[in-house]
Amino acid sequence: MTPLRETVETVERASGEYRYGFVTDIETERAPTGLNEEIVRFISAKKEEPEWLLEWRLKAFRMWLGLEDREPRWANVHFPKIDFQEACYYAAPKQEGDGPASLDEVDPELLRTYEKLGIPLREQEVLAGVAGAGNVAVDAVFDSVSVATTFKDKLAEMGVIFCPISEAVRDHPELVRKYLGSVVPQGDNFYAALNSAVFSDGSFVYVPKGVQCPMELSTYFRINAQGTGQFERTLIIADEGSRVSYLEGCTAPQRDENQLHAAVVELVALKDAEIKYSTVQNWYPGDAEGKGGIYNFVTKRGACRGADSKISWTQVETGSAITWKYPSVLLQGDRSIGEFYSVAISNLRQQADTGTKMIHLGRDTRSTIISKGISAGRGQQTYRGLVRVQPKAGGARNFTQCDSLLIGDTCGGHTVPYIDVRHPGAEVAHEATTSRISDAQLFYCRQRGLDPEEAVSMIVNGFCRDVLQQLPMEFAVEAQKLLGISLEGAVG
Amino acid sequence: MSEPLLTIRNLRASVDDKEVLKGIDLSVAAGEVAAIMGPNGSGKSTLSNVLAGRDGYEVTDGEVRYDGQDLLAMEPEERAATGVFMAFQYPVEIPGVVNATFTRTALNAQRKARGESAIDAIDFLKGARATLARLEMDEDFLRRDVNAGFSGGEKKRNEIFQMAMLEPRLAILDETDSGLDIDALRIVATGVNAMRNPERALVVITHYQRLLEYVVPDSVHVLADGRIARSGDRELALELERAGYAAFQPA
Ligand SMILES: Nc1ncnc2c1ncn2[C@@H]1O[C@H](COP(=O)(O)OP(=O)(O)O)[C@@H](O)[C@H]1O
Ligand SMILES: [Mg+2]
Repeated sequence: MTPLRETVETVERASGEYRYGFVTDIETERAPTGLNEEIVRFISAKKEEPEWLLEWRLKAFRMWLGLEDREPRWANVHFPKIDFQEACYYAAPKQEGDGPASLDEVDPELLRTYEKLGIPLREQEVLAGVAGAGNVAVDAVFDSVSVATTFKDKLAEMGVIFCPISEAVRDHPELVRKYLGSVVPQGDNFYAALNSAVFSDGSFVYVPKGVQCPMELSTYFRINAQGTGQFERTLIIADEGSRVSYLEGCTAPQRDENQLHAAVVELVALKDAEIKYSTVQNWYPGDAEGKGGIYNFVTKRGACRGADSKISWTQVETGSAITWKYPSVLLQGDRSIGEFYSVAISNLRQQADTGTKMIHLGRDTRSTIISKGISAGRGQQTYRGLVRVQPKAGGARNFTQCDSLLIGDTCGGHTVPYIDVRHPGAEVAHEATTSRISDAQLFYCRQRGLDPEEAVSMIVNGFCRDVLQQLPMEFAVEAQKLLGISLEGAVG
Repeated sequence: MSEPLLTIRNLRASVDDKEVLKGIDLSVAAGEVAAIMGPNGSGKSTLSNVLAGRDGYEVTDGEVRYDGQDLLAMEPEERAATGVFMAFQYPVEIPGVVNATFTRTALNAQRKARGESAIDAIDFLKGARATLARLEMDEDFLRRDVNAGFSGGEKKRNEIFQMAMLEPRLAILDETDSGLDIDALRIVATGVNAMRNPERALVVITHYQRLLEYVVPDSVHVLADGRIARSGDRELALELERAGYAAFQPA
């Protein structure tokens, strides 16, 4: 089956509904509504955290208080003021005793949820060679806690640590303590401070020296409980000469209220190490009138600490009511490489302000930015990117390509590049285009037998090809399908 | 006698409130090659677009029967699936979509609409290679983006390639010969002639009679000022070549 055919069939099945909009009926344990020091202590206690981490959180909380009313306002997104005392900062599926030791202990209702989402959680199926299950290790985060991590043992044989961050705090405190907040400090920005105070769970990855991680590592985040935010924290460390590819996927049920998602992701690549981080973000976008949907306010940053290291961000952003997100790379090591490949869709009344920052600090560092923004319906989209070359970064090079595609005439696409070069020898190239899907293109496709949805999907997939081909194979197909679904109804 | 594959009766159509087709009557039988000739601006492309169902062309009167169906009531993709193909005068570029994917997706969309099973990538490739060879086109062409960066001649040959792969029952070729040098013209003509069969009708639209030396038509019709001004056989094309369209231009 061709990807397009699959897309179309998925679109038909989805028939305009957000496919992941179901609610799982399980008991949850929640923190009291509101945010204060007590809540921070409550979360820390729930997770049986050591004293140092509680102190770390409290420090972040105080910083957040200092930043109150300092929410970023420069982004091209518009929404009513959020009352942070209205939300619940911790929700967990209820379970007896400790976290699950194996998949058999996971609530079957949860497993069914992940099955519906198409996540290959059942490692026994993989091991038994059941068709359709890929060679992917998965950590699944449901509301505030991690419910299952697959392939842990196989990874452990190679010394790769892949576990919920709460578990890493317990089992590998020295690593967590050394790197947590080392790329995104607690007070970095309003949402990062909030996350640092109340983060609940997320994934932790450590790849030891010289190890090539033998499989894709993947986390699926799902917000389920009503009135909750999700504040996951991900920390990935690639030690010298190692290599890892990581993918996150996200969904949320369809609700009339807005839900906040404020994650922090930190990547550290040491000498000669390489991290490839891919995101397929499909949080609930809200309805055609702009009711409901996720506020996706995320801080993602990677540090190329060592020479010849490389960090590559690939994102396919199709969901969320509002996206505020700038996966960035600090190019500290000489000859290190930063890449940002992005496809973002704003349909319905979605608003996305997204881009990247490439900060060149080391010599002969290189960065590449390819951004493809698609606006349809009443969607608004802004690419916002910074390329900075510091005085010591001789020989730095950047190439930026920003393309916007508009479908219809009630949407908007904007490009805001900031270029700040402080070394005379740096080479920075920026190219930008804006185009529309033309009636001629649509008619050409329809004359050949494609219906309007198929035609749009085909043209959009072509427009995004440079980015989609950066994704791991298994996920490229998924991403293509999502593009089709997200643009459902975009043409008359 | 059975009904012709295509019957156009008193077809009137406007673009931007300007009447372009002013009552066209034309029948084309299965197995027939009909040439439509006419001066620039006479409505040749408008007729093709109306038959293919393009938006922006308002049919104000008349009817079009195709294989016993009301063609004008169908969506463009439905027309395609029942076998109507149009080779564009100006083929469109689709960046990022490779030719092989585009053509195979189109073929399978049509097959699905007809309730037929999909052709897999390998079988498609076999057929595509044979067709390319016949059209003297490089195989590398399958991996190039649809019409993007193609020369004029390559675009036209791509239309013929798609036609061969989609195997339509009614093919309308809108000035496929324009802008081709003599070698390309000969190749395109070979591709068109290979399509001739008793089941299929071809409507060859051209400004010059040059193509008709290679693709010999069964009937020739002169379109002038939105009407079929004269119909005849191959002789008519030769006559036009000598005398030009002066006799048919509006006074
Ligand atoms: N999309 C359009 N918008 C405005 N006028 C058009 C359009 N298409 C065709 N016309 C007009 O209709 C007439 C016939 O054009 P066309 O069908 O392209 O002629 P031909 O193909 O015979 O050269 C011309 O006067 C042309 O200007
Ligand atoms: Mg024309």
